[in-house]
Amino acid sequence: MQVISEEKAKQRIAKLVAQYFDKCAEEKTLFINLGVGIPTMVADYITNTNIFLQAENGMLGVGKAASEGQKDRNLINAGRVPITETSGCSFFDSSTSFGMIRGGHIDATVIGAFEVDEEGTIANWIIPNGKQLGVGGAMDLVSGARQVIIAMQHTTKKGQPKLVKKCKLPITGVGEADIVVTEMGVFFLENNKLVLKQIAPEISLDILSCITEADFEVSSDLKVMDVD
Amino acid sequence: MKKLKSIQEAINMIKPGSSIMVGSFGLAGYPEKLIEALAESELKDLTIISNDLGSPGIGLGKLLRNNQIKALIGNYYNWNPEVAMANNEGKIKVTLVPQGTFAEAIRAAGVGIPAFFTPTSAGTDLAQGKEIKIFNERTYIMEESIKADVALIRAYKADELGNLVYYKTARNFNPLMAMAANLVIAEVDEIVPTGTLDPECIVTPHIFVDVITAKEGI
Repeated sequence: MQVISEEKAKQRIAKLVAQYFDKCAEEKTLFINLGVGIPTMVADYITNTNIFLQAENGMLGVGKAASEGQKDRNLINAGRVPITETSGCSFFDSSTSFGMIRGGHIDATVIGAFEVDEEGTIANWIIPNGKQLGVGGAMDLVSGARQVIIAMQHTTKKGQPKLVKKCKLPITGVGEADIVVTEMGVFFLENNKLVLKQIAPEISLDILSCITEADFEVSSDLKVMDVD
Repeated sequence: MKKLKSIQEAINMIKPGSSIMVGSFGLAGYPEKLIEALAESELKDLTIISNDLGSPGIGLGKLLRNNQIKALIGNYYNWNPEVAMANNEGKIKVTLVPQGTFAEAIRAAGVGIPAFFTPTSAGTDLAQGKEIKIFNERTYIMEESIKADVALIRAYKADELGNLVYYKTARNFNPLMAMAANLVIAEVDEIVPTGTLDPECIVTPHIFVDVITAKEGI
């Protein structure tokens, strides 16, 4: 079911995650790691300067994407995109970088997923016998970051739900998701249950249930997304 | 200056069938000239231990096209789909290790730790067959360290002793691999006189480095 365009859906998801971080950063400094795809777009919408981006290939204080004249092949983020430095940024080896992640120093990671289930188990690394073979830092990030935020479209391109009862694809981490943000809803994992906190302005709860395979509860404080 | 060798002299030190660590993350911080010379060499049956395998036909990707690779140990081959193809066809053996575990396993080998426990991959396919232990009610997986016969690394500057400094995100796995192989060959952009690098800024002390080659040749 397509209520809004794919492009708009992605922007909305990124914006919702950025709103969440901006709010959290009013209380404390945040160190976050953004995965590739929609998660990278989150950086475009963050306004709070109390947020520092980490790239697992060995940088803290990642700046904006490099413009044509600024590109340096040895200054990239984990998605191989040329980026810029920020004042006070630092570089370190991959072991220190994952030490930050595994050691619980990274407040949150934002990653995409193929499937997330009712218990917060995530499948995002491989489709068996496919054209891609790689795990990257996904398993380290979901088990190490203090909070795991899934940023994904609500359904697959074929319209299948991505929020499922039980992951069918090989999993990345058991029960590691804390928040799931789609263009249709914002869900928090609370006491091992999915709880809907925000809903898209275009749809009703009934429709959301139809496009969501996973069971979810509705927060008593349910809000309509604050989106353009 | 005993450590200083040409690219070709350095490659000549490697034996067929060796396990070779290569520093890199994508095409950032990889020993370009050493890989070029390796791809032109007769060396075969290699086990390449690296984050990824570059892009199709570029960087480490050349070695795959030349059928020089027997096995891969690494974590992210999505940038080079020829790896999945070769693996699916049974031409090479690929061992996937989560990126953080991969980094730590190399570091561990370099510092004399044979194995360690990590929460990463618990409950997933990549933990199958591995020892499990519970600490503070959380499941941890035992991972063994990863070492190699040879490490080919890239640094920014070396002094004549072999002390190394790095450049931005070209650092990645290079300092770790410098500690974890029997023969460590560093390709650097520039060689400077001993004593001119700030001792506070040296990342890899020269004890770990066996051979220095300069990108521009000597």
